[in-house]
Amino acid sequence: MLLKLLLGLWLTLIIIAGFSFPITETPTNWYDLPFVPGLEDKARIIFFHVPMAWVTTLAFIISLIYGIKYLAKKEIDHDLISSSSAGLGLMFCILATVTGSLWAKFTWGSFWNWDPRETSIFVLLLIYGAYFALRSAIEGEEKKATLSAVYAIIAGITVPFFIFIMPRIVEGLHPNEAIVSKGKISMNRTMLVIFLSSLSGFTALFFWILNLRVRTERLEHKQSLKGD
Amino acid sequence: MRESLAATLTIFKKDLRSEMRTRYALNALLMFVITTLSIILFSIGNENVSPELLSGVLWIIIFFSTMSGLSRTFVSEEERGTVMTLHLIAKPLSIYFGKLLFNLLLLGGLNIFTVLLYLLFVSGFTVLNYSIFVTTIILGTLGLASGSTIIAAIIAKANTKGTLYPVLSFPILLPLLLTVINATKLSVSGAQFSESFGEFQILISYLVVLTAISFLLFEYIWKE
Repeated sequence: MLLKLLLGLWLTLIIIAGFSFPITETPTNWYDLPFVPGLEDKARIIFFHVPMAWVTTLAFIISLIYGIKYLAKKEIDHDLISSSSAGLGLMFCILATVTGSLWAKFTWGSFWNWDPRETSIFVLLLIYGAYFALRSAIEGEEKKATLSAVYAIIAGITVPFFIFIMPRIVEGLHPNEAIVSKGKISMNRTMLVIFLSSLSGFTALFFWILNLRVRTERLEHKQSLKGD
Repeated sequence: MRESLAATLTIFKKDLRSEMRTRYALNALLMFVITTLSIILFSIGNENVSPELLSGVLWIIIFFSTMSGLSRTFVSEEERGTVMTLHLIAKPLSIYFGKLLFNLLLLGGLNIFTVLLYLLFVSGFTVLNYSIFVTTIILGTLGLASGSTIIAAIIAKANTKGTLYPVLSFPILLPLLLTVINATKLSVSGAQFSESFGEFQILISYLVVLTAISFLLFEYIWKE
């Protein structure tokens, strides 16, 4: 209960700070954010978009790990965690796509440009979509769990290929190089603190929702066993 | 080892024989390719379409004909109720590789047919470097067969088989499709063979990774 309130407060502070702290060319006060050439005020998206993308990946990896665990041990609880994590991952994936797309409209001029990052998140969306389409098409709990775990593993294996393929097709526009170039981060301390607290805040939010979902799924599972 | 190799060949021969009796997949697929190609030819009309664009269109035909044909391999076993028999007579490994070989043969034949028709009838499509083109078709066929066989095995256990197949396959085949389209573009723009090494490296590693993971996971699917 207390943790929940603290998390709410934490994220509220991040949102306020992320939106209201001024961006100046020469940061002097403790609350000044640095000026990133080419990004200006639009740099604020980093506090929200990057954590979304990070949580999307994290959710997929957790889903994958529990999928593998399910295949190894065949305990239905692992599948509950795996599918709940995938469901949350889908939600965060949509959020990351929408925030990124909105930002792209104002920076690159159009909502969608097939930038390498856009393509990889699009593929992740497709995989999540296909995963749930598959789940809804299979009857029987164990069959559903096994086949969706197998699918998640096969799909997860193919994702890293995009790292090698996409640069051959289109040039990247993604501004990670404007922020991090040659191992140097062009964020001042304030920006870094807000960014890292946002990252940890959203990660905590993810684990909190995941915990809730897994617990309700467990109850539903118990109920369905009683009903039989 | 020798035993499972023999079993693999037996499964392959069984599939080949049952296909030759009905010619279900083959006839439908050949007609599918002809239909799709004629739609493309109608829509091109007298337009001048760049060979780069046409190399993408070629792979669209190949992708969708794969999607309409290769799902049959495992679905037909489920429909005829012969899955249990297969469980009894062969190991999962032999079944997977037998099916993969059959799919490879089917897809290979189909792709040769598609490519020949495409080269003959689509006038704007002229290949300048055949060594890249042929290598791409061969590696692309191998990768497509490998990717679509394991998805076909998953699909056979689901309820809505037909529509789900392309939905599940697309994200997995996308790295392959992007790379083969890129390599085909290189072949029509007259690049040197060494320029497409990068593409071939991706295709070969994709093929190896996908076949290895299918090989490891097939048993779980098959036992459901």
